[in-house]
Amino acid sequence: MSDLTPHDSHANAPERLGYSPVADVPHALRMADTDPKAARRAERQVAAMFMLSMLLTIAFVVGYMTIDKTSIIYIPVFGDVGTSTFVLGLTLGAAIFLIGAGAIQWAKKLMPDVEVVQDRHDLASPASADQEALANYDRGKAESGFARFKLIRRTLIGALALFPIALLIPLRDLWTAPAGSPSPADLLSVTLWHEGLRIVTDPNLMPIKPEDLPIGGLVSGIPEDLEEVQELEGNMNARTKAAIILVRMDPSDIRAQQGDGWDYQGILAFSKICTHVGCPIALYEQRTHHLLCPCHQSTFDLADAGNVVFGPAARRMPQLPIGVDEEGFLVARSDFAEPVGPSFWERG
Amino acid sequence: MSEPSTIEKAGGGVATYVDQRVGSNKFLARNLGKVFPDHWSFMLGEIALYSFIVVLITGTFLTFFYKPSMIEVVYDGSYVPLKGILMSEAYASSLDISFDIRGGLLIRQMHHWAALIFIAAMAVHMFRVFFTGAFRKPREFNWLIGVVLVTLGLIAGFSGYSLPDDLLSGTGLQITRGIAQAIPVIGTWATFLLFDGQFPGSDFISRLYSVHILLVPGLILALVTVHLMLVWTQKHTQFPGPGRTNENVVGYPLMPVYMAKAGGFFFIVFGIIALIGGMVTINPIWIFGPFMPDQVSAGSQPDWYMGFLDGALRMMPNWETNLFDWWTISWNILIPAVIVPGILFTGLALYPFIEAWVTGDKKEHHLLDRPRNNPTRTGFGVMAITFYGLLWIGGGNDIIATSFDLTINSITWFLRIAIFVIPPIMFVVTRRICLGLQRRDRDKLLHGYESGRILRLPHGEFIEVHEPISIKDKAVIMSKTDITPLPAPERRDSAGVRNKRYHLQNVQHKLSGFFYAENIAKPSAAEIEAAEHHVAHEVALEAPLHAYEDADQINTFHGGVLHHPGMPQTNAEQLAERAQH
Ligand code: HEM
Ligand code: FES
Repeated sequence: MSDLTPHDSHANAPERLGYSPVADVPHALRMADTDPKAARRAERQVAAMFMLSMLLTIAFVVGYMTIDKTSIIYIPVFGDVGTSTFVLGLTLGAAIFLIGAGAIQWAKKLMPDVEVVQDRHDLASPASADQEALANYDRGKAESGFARFKLIRRTLIGALALFPIALLIPLRDLWTAPAGSPSPADLLSVTLWHEGLRIVTDPNLMPIKPEDLPIGGLVSGIPEDLEEVQELEGNMNARTKAAIILVRMDPSDIRAQQGDGWDYQGILAFSKICTHVGCPIALYEQRTHHLLCPCHQSTFDLADAGNVVFGPAARRMPQLPIGVDEEGFLVARSDFAEPVGPSFWERG
Repeated sequence: MSEPSTIEKAGGGVATYVDQRVGSNKFLARNLGKVFPDHWSFMLGEIALYSFIVVLITGTFLTFFYKPSMIEVVYDGSYVPLKGILMSEAYASSLDISFDIRGGLLIRQMHHWAALIFIAAMAVHMFRVFFTGAFRKPREFNWLIGVVLVTLGLIAGFSGYSLPDDLLSGTGLQITRGIAQAIPVIGTWATFLLFDGQFPGSDFISRLYSVHILLVPGLILALVTVHLMLVWTQKHTQFPGPGRTNENVVGYPLMPVYMAKAGGFFFIVFGIIALIGGMVTINPIWIFGPFMPDQVSAGSQPDWYMGFLDGALRMMPNWETNLFDWWTISWNILIPAVIVPGILFTGLALYPFIEAWVTGDKKEHHLLDRPRNNPTRTGFGVMAITFYGLLWIGGGNDIIATSFDLTINSITWFLRIAIFVIPPIMFVVTRRICLGLQRRDRDKLLHGYESGRILRLPHGEFIEVHEPISIKDKAVIMSKTDITPLPAPERRDSAGVRNKRYHLQNVQHKLSGFFYAENIAKPSAAEIEAAEHHVAHEVALEAPLHAYEDADQINTFHGGVLHHPGMPQTNAEQLAERAQH
């Protein structure tokens, strides 16, 4: 910019482009409008920002190549942070930011800050266009014979209505039922548990003796054979349904159970999956025997057959009947008597 | 005109080459000088657009390293605490992005922050459009597109949040599965189709992946394009001010001012996101560990935009219906997770049409409403935001409980009642405030504003001098359009023919009374003239006090620059002056 009249390219344009300044509004001149020195200063400011941006981009590249990815650095306020992420973010962010800041500074200080007026035009088409469109439509309709050939019209509509079905149908195979074609509801209603299956701790996989569990204690349990289930996703599906918690309370505290004698010497086993929408639960308050779900705070009273005492869950927590085997380890006495996890339509 | 430089000549050559093939110069001729009005709130939509672009750029980078697979692998990267642990490939590759790919964590965090900013900016942009009535004719389509965009934004964010397959996001998916399963009749089957069988299955992440990187961003991109094209052809609305009417646009031309400002602002948004992404940790997936369906993540919080759903689920009483012991309808899940959000978003989508019908308004509106001038609309808006806010608070009730030492039960019960009581109260209060502001505007127009100077008149009376309000304030206040409620319909017309649409028209009449009956009418031209006369009189009474001041020496002070008499002051004068150079 050799001459210091920053507005020259713009000054005589407005009329030609069909807009004009807003009349009669008081408007303040800026320093850079009246003082060539101020304009020069503004120019240098803007250029400095662009220059700094270039330097920061170079700093980014250097940082990328030199900083060890595992290095950690202490930065006040931010604490211990990864050096690489911090430096790369800082240099990249500042480099980009400065381009924007420079452009806006340029616009604010050196481009015209005079508001101008432009007319709006009707959005709706003129009547002549309406008529022309209509005439064209009528001609097309007459030429195609759409009104005359009733049979064509109806079969076309029929064909168009039907074919999308062919695009949707293949979605059916998003899931293929396993051998024996059980229904989704059947699959949701069974778990790995069966009579005599040992309960082992999760994650240590240790079988449990009743005396290992003190009154007030809680452990997470899974079926002993869970690890043998090997699908693509590992044993996740089976685990989702079979995970349980074991709690031990004073037998006299137990007010009700889902089946007679389903406990073993005050040890009770319940599903770990919330009956609301399926979060895993493990917040147990031993004084009240309440089990609280962290997701939406449904609360189940384990001393009272796992019934819901608060929160949005509508179903009690399913109980697993347990006993011990010959070696004295805790085992299931059957599968759950009702489906575990969130409700579903066919659950009844 | 200055001589074109070599680069400009080359550019001109390219422009001609392209023009001869696509006719682009016609577009440039029409649009390089297009005027855009300026207001800080118009930047909200820009922030949404720019953060979306950042999401696209960073997301593309992430796809090169992320593996959308639930196959279990043993982690062997450089994050020591998880070494040797079994996890899905998705989680392992997200850890690699975070620890073994230089700049990977930066980009991951930029992607996440940009997503959060994208959704927040859309929401606030929507509030701006709502409260200023920018959705009115001819912009209803753009409002609808906007509602769809917000919805898609939520889906995009949620699907992305689930991809790393860490413990938190997996729990989110588990909840999603529980909700899907609650849908009557088809829910169980639909869930099995979605997850390829039981939860979690081995396919869901890769299915979610195509939704997240192709389907949803593709739709968003297409809709954003239409959205902007409409803004372009309809021209932007403007806030009222001097010289601004429903028939013009007052602002800055696209080239150069708007280009520099909007273009510059893109880099500002981009730069800030990079700074935040580099410095502020978001979603530290390595702390949560890999997803395990039976492992608890206490105190888990979803991204902010999902909080309202969580809150709704928490607040709901545990209603469930069993039909003949065969079927289950889970109202406790359907109402908060499906029905309430459904009503919220449908209401949002339909609002412009409802208001236009109630008002009987078929005119085009390019001048924005001040929120106070449509108290009922503003009231509805505040009511909806309050409702949403209460749900959101519900989503954080455990945090509130621990920070304020309350029980979760009492907070939940409070919210269960508050959700019905507080939003209507906010509606009434907001309306009152708006009407009060309208009254104040009317007073300002009629009496000027109170200068705080007391004057004793020769006959002993004391008056407070009122000063005339500024041109700008006057234009803003005068921009209000007075809307009269629709008249009551007739049961029979003058010929005695029964009015078949009587009941519908009666509803319309009642509603429009509800909307507008209490509005404060703007003073008439005659009233204003009389009032201005009065104010001028008061000022004149005061004039002798200033007689000693030499009028020629008075300088006015405008925004930092002294104006001397004779200097060009108005826009018109300044532009005229420049044209002479
Ligand atoms: C349309 C708006 C979008 C939103 C709101 C969004 C949001 C998100 C969020 C919140 C995450 C979680 C990030 C984390 O903390 O790890 C994510 C992950 C991801 N997004 Fe997006 N995203 C969007 C578009 C895209 C696009 C267009 C792409 C690719 C072209 C993409 C690719 C990815 C990938 C690969 C991940 C997984 C990264 C990882 O796990 O480390 N996203 N997205
Ligand atoms: S999942 Fe347990 S309360 Fe919602």
